[in-house]
Parts: sequence; structure tokens; C-alpha cells
Amino acid sequence: MAVGPRVLAAAGFPAPGRRSRLREWWEQEHVFGYGLIVPAIALLVTLVGFPFGMAIWFSLSDYWVGSPGGFTGLTNYGAIIENETFRQTFKNSFVFTGIALTLKIVLGVWLAMLLARNLSFKRVIRGIVLLPFVIPTALSTLAWLWMFDSLYSVVNWTAVRLHLISAPGPNWLGQSAYAMAAVITVNVWRGLPFFAIVVLAGLMTVPREYLEAAEVDGASSWRRFWHVTLPLIRPVLAVVILFSTVFTFADFNIVEVLTRGGPINTTHLFATLAYQVGLQGGNLGQGAAISLFIFPLLALVVFFQLRYVRQE
Amino acid sequence: MALAGSRGARVRSNVFAYANLAPYIFFVLFPFYFMVVTSFKSNAELYNLKSIPFWIQSGVVTEHYALLFQKTDFVTWMKNSLLVAVVATTVSVVISILAGYSLARLRFRGAATFGTAIFITYLVPPTLLFLPLSQVVVWLGLSDSISALMLIYPTFLVPFCTWLLMGYFRTIPREIEECALVDGATRMQTLSKIVLPMAVPGIICAVLFSFTLCWNEFTYALTFISQSAHKTAVVGVTSDLIRGDIYFWGSLMAGALLASIPIVIIYVLFLDYYVSGLTAGAVKG
Repeated sequence: MAVGPRVLAAAGFPAPGRRSRLREWWEQEHVFGYGLIVPAIALLVTLVGFPFGMAIWFSLSDYWVGSPGGFTGLTNYGAIIENETFRQTFKNSFVFTGIALTLKIVLGVWLAMLLARNLSFKRVIRGIVLLPFVIPTALSTLAWLWMFDSLYSVVNWTAVRLHLISAPGPNWLGQSAYAMAAVITVNVWRGLPFFAIVVLAGLMTVPREYLEAAEVDGASSWRRFWHVTLPLIRPVLAVVILFSTVFTFADFNIVEVLTRGGPINTTHLFATLAYQVGLQGGNLGQGAAISLFIFPLLALVVFFQLRYVRQE
Repeated sequence: MALAGSRGARVRSNVFAYANLAPYIFFVLFPFYFMVVTSFKSNAELYNLKSIPFWIQSGVVTEHYALLFQKTDFVTWMKNSLLVAVVATTVSVVISILAGYSLARLRFRGAATFGTAIFITYLVPPTLLFLPLSQVVVWLGLSDSISALMLIYPTFLVPFCTWLLMGYFRTIPREIEECALVDGATRMQTLSKIVLPMAVPGIICAVLFSFTLCWNEFTYALTFISQSAHKTAVVGVTSDLIRGDIYFWGSLMAGALLASIPIVIIYVLFLDYYVSGLTAGAVKG
């Protein structure tokens, strides 16, 4: 069928017939369907699929900026696994993702429950809550960088004046544990709105009658939440958690602006280390190998997401 | 939740809600407030440990803004950001309308597989691909130019917009399209004259999100571009106002504020679209 018009055109059939045949061909549902999706697929194959293949090739070769190298097998992986900085980064990534995600889940559900109430200024409050998610992250992180300054930190200034700590207070971005706490704080500040707003949408679908029935039966508000609300919002919560897992684990902006992985690599994540090794250091092979450590988690999330979508 | 409770109980529970929300709202807004205060404060006061950091005591100054406009390429950065965002958004939304309509409405072999493939690319974080893409950009002769960003941004915009628009297209009754086809409209006419006008809210949503994502993008903009005059606003402000160990805090905050303002304006005007896009994107995803 698809060859029809071209064969006719080659045979020199008169123009009107050719045009109407072409149109007839194009009007078929499957031809039109493929035609519309071709640009998107072409884009994603050339600029997502192909680069992903390149990343794998880089990681298996000694590829440096400006000098394509040859196949070296798993040498890069061996080298990074031996590397102390990489081991630290590996640990950091799980600590960072684990703590930040837990805080976002707990606080996000709590915030959504508060926002679900029929408050005055509901729209304004929701608008404010979503703000950190909308403003460019790199720019709002600059404000945090200033708030955590080693000398002029407003956080320390306030804590000292309130007699919570003794002067001069912690050097937030210069001490390992504090730097990790700072990076997690900013990540939670930035990611919480997404959780809250999506969970809120889920809460809106919980039928009031269920909660009223539970209340009549004498269930406490905690038990109503745990046995009625939570099971009903579980699907929405699952999707948000899966999304956030990938994007927390692969975070770059906050760490790059706030600490650049320091002090002594204690806040490096795979993405920031890959940037440092691959682009600033020029070792694309090792950089690609580092960034590919994001992939197994991504694959896991994709697997669960697809299973969930099919269940729907 | 006070559902069947008395009026008094409901008021008490709302007071409880406000009391809980207040500290959180302070936490959300303080960094922005601090940006504003810092950007208008004189250096003498900023770097005086004895002064109170929360407000301005010794007069409002505009020198940090002056430095931003006179000593940096700030205006060029804003223009670059705008240009990249407009081009990448336009291209992506057009591609996504076609793909989204095709996947939501037309029956052909492999449609489900394409849908899954697009969904998977939606989840791929930029940090997984920026190293190989930096080489692709070099090969295409686009290194250090904003064209590179216009080319690469659709890779994360198209999956998102396609997914979002599929949801909207599915809500349009199929019968309307079938009527148009029976009446002799071509498929393209049906899409452009019947379906698109009905999907306007979805398209606005896709445009808003795309524009915001482009404007805010940091990873690719930082890695592909090094020349100051070709930077976007987000990267220019974060990189050019820090010289070694010297941070121009006043101007950094002024730049961060001004570069955020276009997004804040759009956000305030279209708040409901953001909320619906966010929930549709995740819930349908």
C-alpha cells in the first residue's frame, strides 16, 4: 500500500490522480498515526537513545575530551570502584536520597493534609507553597548559599541571638555533616511542594463518606488517616515517590551551587562527580562510567512505574 | 479532620492548621525575602557583623543592580534565556501535539510501544546524558552557542508535553472528530480545526511548563556554554558574579531576583494551570 503512490508517480501518471492517491494514502489511520509520531521518535532516538549508547561506549573506552580512545573493557569501572572519592560519592548518594526522600514523604503528606482543609486564602497559600518548585533552583540555591555563609550566615546569627548555639556556630558548608544537612535541607525545601500538591490532588479523591463513617465508628483521627486515607492515596503516593527517587538521586543543581561536592567530597553525588571528572577533568570515559551508576536505580523505577501503569 | 464536628471544633482545628502552616510558609518565603533585602543593602552594612541581617538599617542602595547592568552581560543573558525558551518551547509543543494526538487517538501497530518509549525518556535525568551530549554538540559545531540548548532542550520537553497532552486529547469526545471526518474534513483539518481548539487548556499548560523548564535549566546550560555573552540568565548569574573566592553577594542576589521575576509573573498569572499540569503529569504518568 505504502509503495502505491510512488510507483504511480514514477510511471508518470497525471498530476491530479497522483495527488488524490497520495492524499488517500496519507488519510489512512495508521499512516497518519506514524506520520505524526515520526518527529518525536526521531528526536528521541538521535538525542536520547544514541547519546545513551555513547555513554556506555565512553565508559568502556579511554575517551578523553578531544581524543577519542579505544576499547578498554571494564577498566574505567575498575578504576572508579578502587577510588576513595567514588566510594564516598556512592555512600553520599544513598544517604542524601534516603534522608531527603523520607523527609519529603512525611512532610509532604502532612502538608497536603493541612492544605486539604477548607481554609480562607486557600489559593494564596497553595500559590506560596508551590513557589520553590517554580523558581529556578540554581538561583534560589544562591540565596541558601548566602544564608549558610561561613562568616555572615543569617541562620547562625539568629541561633546565636536566641542562645541556641554559642558563637560563631557551625561552618555549614565547610564541615561534612553540616554540609550534608544543608544540601538535604535545600533539596527538601525545593521538592516538598511537588509532593504536597500531588498528594493533595490524591486527597481530593478520598470520598468524605468513608471518613465520616470511620468517625461515627469512633476511629481517632490518626486511625482514620492510617486505615482510610493512606490506603486510598497509596497509588498517587507511589507515583510521586518513584518520580522523586530518580530526580533526587540524579540531583546536580543544588550540590553544584552549594558545595561543589565539598568539603572533602562529602556531598558529592554521581552527577556532580561525573561533571568534575568528565568535563572539568576531561576524562569522559570515567565520567560516563560514574554517571551510569544512576542507571540501575532509574531502570528499577521504570520497571515499577510500568507495572503500575499496566495495573491501572 | 473535623467532619461532623461542631462549629467550635472546626474553628479550633483550622486554627491548628494555620499554626502549623505558618512556620512552613516562613521557611518557604524567607530565602526570597532575604534575596530582596540583601540586594538593596550597602556593602558596609552587609559585611558588618554587628548589624541585624533581617532588614535594612542604613538606607536602600541600588549599586548592586547598577553593577549587574554595567559590569556584567546580564541583559544579554536574559535575552539568551528568552530566545532559547521561546524557540525550544515552540518546537517542542508542536512536536508534542502531533505525537500526543497520534498516541491518544489513532490506532496503529506499535502505538503502545511508542507510548512506553516516550514515557521512559521522560524519566531519564539530564545528568545521565550530559557527557555524551556535550560531544554531540561539539560534532555538530554548536559548542558554546545557544543553538545547542535550543536543540537539546526538546529532549526533555517533548516527553513531558506529549504525556501531558495525551491526557487532554483523551478527554475530547471521539464522536466530534468522527463527524468532521464524515463531513469530508481531512485528518489534518480535524486535528487543527476541531481538536486543537478544544485542547487549548492543555496546550497552555504545556507551553507554560516548557517555558519554565527551559528558563530554569542549569545542567546543560552550564556544561555546553563557557563564553559569558552566550550564557543563559541562570548560569550567568551563578557563575559570573563569583570571582574565585570573592562573592558579590549584593549583585548575586539582585541577579537571582531579576532572573526569577519573569517566571514569577507567569506563575502568578497562570497558577491554576501549573497545579493542573503538575498533578496531571504525575498522576497520569
